[in-house]
Amino acid sequence: MLDVGTPILEVPVAEGSRDQHMVLNMGPQHPSTHGVLRLVLEIDGEVVVRIYPEIGYLHTGIEKTCEAKFYQQVVPLTDRVDYLGPMANNLVYSLAVEKLLQLEIPPKAQWMRVLLAELTRINSHLIWLGTHAMDIGALTVFLYTFREREDILRLFEMISGQRMMTSYIRIGGLALEAPLDFLPRVQAFIRSFPEKIDEYSNLLTGNPIFINRLKGVGYLSPEDAVDLAVTGPVMRASGIDFDVRRDMPYSSYEKFQFNVPVSNVGDCWARYAVRLEELRESVKIVQQALDGMPEGPIKADAPKIVLPDREQMKTQMEALIHHFKIVTEGFAVPAGEVYQSIESGHGQVGYYVVSDGTAKPYRVHMRYPSFADLQALETMCKGRLLADVVAVVGSIDIVLGEIDR
Amino acid sequence: MLDPKVTLLDKAAVLEALPDDPAIKAILAWNADALIDAKIDRGEVTLTITTNCIREAAATVKAAGYNAFQDVTAVDWYPSVPRFQLSYHICSHAYKDVLRLRVMVGEAEAAVESITPVWAGANYYEREVFDLFGIRFEGHPNLRRIMMPDDWAGHPLRKDYPVEGYR
Repeated sequence: MLDVGTPILEVPVAEGSRDQHMVLNMGPQHPSTHGVLRLVLEIDGEVVVRIYPEIGYLHTGIEKTCEAKFYQQVVPLTDRVDYLGPMANNLVYSLAVEKLLQLEIPPKAQWMRVLLAELTRINSHLIWLGTHAMDIGALTVFLYTFREREDILRLFEMISGQRMMTSYIRIGGLALEAPLDFLPRVQAFIRSFPEKIDEYSNLLTGNPIFINRLKGVGYLSPEDAVDLAVTGPVMRASGIDFDVRRDMPYSSYEKFQFNVPVSNVGDCWARYAVRLEELRESVKIVQQALDGMPEGPIKADAPKIVLPDREQMKTQMEALIHHFKIVTEGFAVPAGEVYQSIESGHGQVGYYVVSDGTAKPYRVHMRYPSFADLQALETMCKGRLLADVVAVVGSIDIVLGEIDR
Repeated sequence: MLDPKVTLLDKAAVLEALPDDPAIKAILAWNADALIDAKIDRGEVTLTITTNCIREAAATVKAAGYNAFQDVTAVDWYPSVPRFQLSYHICSHAYKDVLRLRVMVGEAEAAVESITPVWAGANYYEREVFDLFGIRFEGHPNLRRIMMPDDWAGHPLRKDYPVEGYR
């Protein structure tokens, strides 16, 4: 009854090469593949001929699950897609639904969103830096970056009650008012963080082993980068100067001054340099957000969409009714389709949300950058040594949760 | 980028509102009949293309400056006919904008031309649509399942596939 497609049980091998080339399986439990990525490598001696990534080990059908949930119930699901950047996922989904609803978000909520999105980027880049260096053999950096990551997770816990699955950015604003000493704590972190970046840089930038493993490895030309739909730091390291935050601003990013680091070299080293520079730029953005944080509400004035304040709910009948209706029936979203892009730590994330006018999304599609980056892996590794695959996989900052969804 | 409040659901109105839009101009110059419908919804331009010429349409908008392929996915409008809608999102680094090309595909002939010759990056995305919706892409270099196991029965994102799966 249903079309199954053609099952391919055997890994395809280049014509006429079966006896010289060896097929090597890397993963899904390999320590350097960051999750459950399986790479089937066709190698000629030590030289990589072709790569067949096998994905889907983490596929949980999140897009299908979204169709069975109310709009506000999808927010916690988005945390679990790119599990290293929860705030960015909450943000892009909320922005997409707010675009469908044509909702105005108060300035304070927008600035808090920018602040949290940048902290998320720092968090995501720290994990990348630690694990990437660890793959190359520099184990120490991991301990340093996880020390700072812990600081960020404590900030997240403070504001949302959760370390990793925050669900803090909601449709129509933010979940809660931040605790009183949250912003001073962010300030303290941001003040001390630039010297930590120098510390990482001291450990790696002059390290001859690290340099030899990265320089000239995994070259990706600008044409290939665009052709293979690669985005984010990997694309910018190949010389394409495009950043959604600057070029298609969302959530008042247009009010912030920051540079977009670009390199024309296109190898693993360039990706390292671009991301390290992005950490410094994120610090600048967070500082601007702290300095200019507007006053005012953190939720949109839309009582039928945004849950009322706890206090109001207990004292006002209207608020209680709205609360009851939102929780039990959700809220209807006018029919239409939107595509919202943001720049996450890994690249361009796009959410395509289709509404049919009911309280549940008709279709939610998540475009995540690692999925596209994985296609570029073969281009970057072809003709290079097997050991370089580990360096390249690390340099594209792969997160399997966002590939498999 | 257009104001997100702008909504025009009529092809003639869109053509009148955006006389200088590079993508629309290029498509009209290439084949005006291929453009079935156009709409601006919440500031986003959607161009509906005839089913059999999506590859040429993609090449046309690429030449017109929409250089960076972003995404292709499908929507299952079961039980209405035609059943599937394919949405291509294409970003322009020069115009700083995203364009949506839309193609409607029926269930019986669920197949369109692959756009991998235009953008190699569409490869995995088309495999994903094939896997989860069962729409075939003609001319695709390696059209096999990507998320689900190779021997899986059915296409999970179809609307007639239960959320809990078949037991």
